[in-house]
Amino acid sequence: MIDKFSPDPATALAVIPSGSCLAVGGFGSSGRPDTLLDVLCDLDRRDLHVIVNNVGSDFTGIGRLLAEGRIRRLTASFPVLPEFYDEYFAGRVELELIPQGTLAERLRAGGAGIAAFYTPSAAGTMLADGTFPLGYDADGKVTARMPARERREFGGREHVLEFGIVADFALVKAHVADRRGNLRFRLSARNFNPPAAMSGRHTFAEVEHLVGIGELQPDDVHLPGVFVDEVLLAAAVSPRQPATPRGSS
Amino acid sequence: MTQLTTPAVTGGRSRDGIAERLARDLRDGYVVNLGVGIPLLIPQYIPAGIEVILHAENGVLGLGPPAPPGQEDPDLTDAGKQPATLIAGAAIVDSAMSFAIVRGGHLDITVLGALQVSASGDLANWYVPGRNPAVGGAMDLVAGAREVWAVMEHVDRGGQPKIVERCTFPLTGRKVVTRVYTDLAVFHIVAGRLRLTECAPGVGPQAVRERTAAPYIEDLDTDN
Repeated sequence: MIDKFSPDPATALAVIPSGSCLAVGGFGSSGRPDTLLDVLCDLDRRDLHVIVNNVGSDFTGIGRLLAEGRIRRLTASFPVLPEFYDEYFAGRVELELIPQGTLAERLRAGGAGIAAFYTPSAAGTMLADGTFPLGYDADGKVTARMPARERREFGGREHVLEFGIVADFALVKAHVADRRGNLRFRLSARNFNPPAAMSGRHTFAEVEHLVGIGELQPDDVHLPGVFVDEVLLAAAVSPRQPATPRGSS
Repeated sequence: MTQLTTPAVTGGRSRDGIAERLARDLRDGYVVNLGVGIPLLIPQYIPAGIEVILHAENGVLGLGPPAPPGQEDPDLTDAGKQPATLIAGAAIVDSAMSFAIVRGGHLDITVLGALQVSASGDLANWYVPGRNPAVGGAMDLVAGAREVWAVMEHVDRGGQPKIVERCTFPLTGRKVVTRVYTDLAVFHIVAGRLRLTECAPGVGPQAVRERTAAPYIEDLDTDN
């Protein structure tokens, strides 16, 4: 019998080693798997490559990972949290800045077996020409730049080659799941969760409600359980104590 | 770029006035994405009888007004992460589908603020070097929407023109802008050529010329 429900998040997420590449769902705090991200911090995982659309606006969720110095590289379209940039310009975290639609499609493609695709987004810009700084050293000198994209014209328009992303693990948030891992999302909290779930070699879904087999109707499933390995319950009240960013008092 | 010492112009449109002017050009049935800043003022000026579907990058087609206080739902936000509402007949999709709508040419218009627009329609609006870089969906929107309408003040805070021969800020996209709405004028960019089609009330063509750092054709007779 297929039962993907894991009652204990700390036991389930213990398989994620430090140094892993993680795709994470959510748009700001909306649809973000905060329970799983807190467990990851409690397990003291470090040196993470986190792929997520944005950091959010405080020190919860991705912001907590950042504040505790657990992120080595961020792949995102809209980091925004000022303290993230302090870490970036100080050489403590790398930034791979990707247009939002390209990021979503790279996650979807990785999960769909598409190695790469051409898109017009970012053609002719510094996010495709090899000049955007990926990282700095402690003195503020650029140590690496995002690689230039291969270019090709289609219908007279320049396109750039972008690679599908297969993440070691995916952490996503859904409204309802059954024990087969079928997921249903709620309103705009869906956002990056389906493509992030697809991109993970091993995908954890944090859900608000677990229902019995058959209660989620086939037509009501937004993401089938084949993309989900483990289902965990969201903490009744997600811990939201603000952390202090590393390097500040 | 020439250093201008032109005095501030009298007349011209306020930020709300720019939004109101642009809203008059929206057609019934358009699917539109609105960026932050002046574009967010547009919905209140959409003329009665004109139905426009608003798209938000986080997967909303049919965005309604901001959620009133006390009725915020953390599962429903706009692309600026502000509490939002839906109109009747709205649809929700994931981020990959949301940008399939964008890149696939299914948006009629994207309305974006701008740092600079070049005479050939290059747009710079995502990054001021030395500040914190973030791109969001801007590069996808300009690459995919059928038309890109830029809205901005005609000159920057230092009085420097924002319509220029070549952008000096990093580009969001090349040859993508089709219209520019400012406090002083409306321009169309057709086949890579900039045309002044309208001066704001109380603003003469000379005032526009003195504050525009790119060559353009005056096309004020057309019925735009």
